[in-house]
Amino acid sequence: MTVEFDTSSEKFTEYAEPSRLVTPDWLQEHLGEPGLVVVESDEDVLLYETGHIPGAVKVDWHTELNDEVVRDYLDGEGFAKLLSRKGISRDDTIVIYGDKNNWWAAYALWVFSLFGHEDVRLLDGGRDLWIAQGREITTEVPQRAQTEYPIVERDDSGLRAFREDVLVHLGKPLIDVRSPEEYTGERTHMPEYPQESSLRGGHIPTAKSVPWKRAVADDGTFKPRAELDAIYRDEIGLNEGDEVIAYCRIGERSSHTWFVLQHLLGFQDVRNYDGSWTEWGSSVRVPIVAGAEPGDVPAAR
Amino acid sequence: MAGMTVLHTPDTLAEIREEFLELEEHERLQLLLEFSRELPPVPDDYAANPDQYERVAECQSPVFIAAEVADDRTVVLHATAPEEAPTTRGFASILVQGINGLSAEEVLAIPSDYPQSLGITRAVSPLRIAGMTGMLVRTQRQVRALTAV
Repeated sequence: MTVEFDTSSEKFTEYAEPSRLVTPDWLQEHLGEPGLVVVESDEDVLLYETGHIPGAVKVDWHTELNDEVVRDYLDGEGFAKLLSRKGISRDDTIVIYGDKNNWWAAYALWVFSLFGHEDVRLLDGGRDLWIAQGREITTEVPQRAQTEYPIVERDDSGLRAFREDVLVHLGKPLIDVRSPEEYTGERTHMPEYPQESSLRGGHIPTAKSVPWKRAVADDGTFKPRAELDAIYRDEIGLNEGDEVIAYCRIGERSSHTWFVLQHLLGFQDVRNYDGSWTEWGSSVRVPIVAGAEPGDVPAAR
Repeated sequence: MAGMTVLHTPDTLAEIREEFLELEEHERLQLLLEFSRELPPVPDDYAANPDQYERVAECQSPVFIAAEVADDRTVVLHATAPEEAPTTRGFASILVQGINGLSAEEVLAIPSDYPQSLGITRAVSPLRIAGMTGMLVRTQRQVRALTAV
């Protein structure tokens, strides 16, 4: 059962898939409705505990979506166990929201999409806008009944790129969503974030720099369609039918850009390279360009 | 000199560790949340002069620390972190509570792997625990600089 879409926002109707977003008003009206599960996914592992949208369950990106040993996401069985434990059914409508302009929420949405969960949406504006509007939050943790989420194997083919995919992709559109300092190679980690051990600085040759946050308006909501088109189509020249790969440092910020390109602007072939700079910047003999220019496709060696 | 320091976990921090280890793993996060609520506000003169603080770059959220060493070599640690970063506040609170009142020598003797010994690494993730290590190491560096002859 799918909960009705939010058709209240004129802004949403401009997007390729208006059904991928809900407004805070819509969410407030639909809280508690059967078939709707609200999920909070934050950078800070304790933020949910300080207060969350009533009825929301928490999914932590670090400790719940990743395999504990291998650098990879959960497998089908692990995901089924996780969602069953959270009380989520395969046909539920999931609305995800989180801190930092839905950065981690978009990441969770992308991972859920690898398992083909069909109806998963973001709360426009995320946690901060909900709170800024003075809406209710609670520390009460909901007791949802355990479900029987089916085991669905993860399908990485359409939405996820690996290093080998990127190597053969060179020459097609590639977007680096990190900060300008990371792009040029001045830094190998986010400004003000811990060093996450990549051995070289710079970017993947030909990648255009569009920091992820440029898709976000001042109030934390997604910018309207026309402003997004101005960035991704006019400025960096993406065209209908392009195959696009986005990357950042570990694939979290680029999930946000992936969401924008795939669901808001309607590009049909967008992949997130989650190995991102922590893999590329430590790999032996992969091409790297330092400095502000995208650089050229390297000659085969 | 640091090289001559014999590592030793002071009783204050050892007791905090016991509190964590007595709990089931999922309950330890709740305890960390309680610590985050207990982080004392910084004194007015520090609040007015934030440049007295050192930014802890290892932490994902903006957290600042400032250590003082009194004439009798007693250490006082001040720390500030935003409300929306409770994990970071919890780390800071543990260190403030465990370090305040210790001697400079005792602070320098705290093993830098103390954060890993709290039994919360898996629950909060190794990357996040690295932020607490950064806070501890920077505190020790400040104390060392303040006590250098």
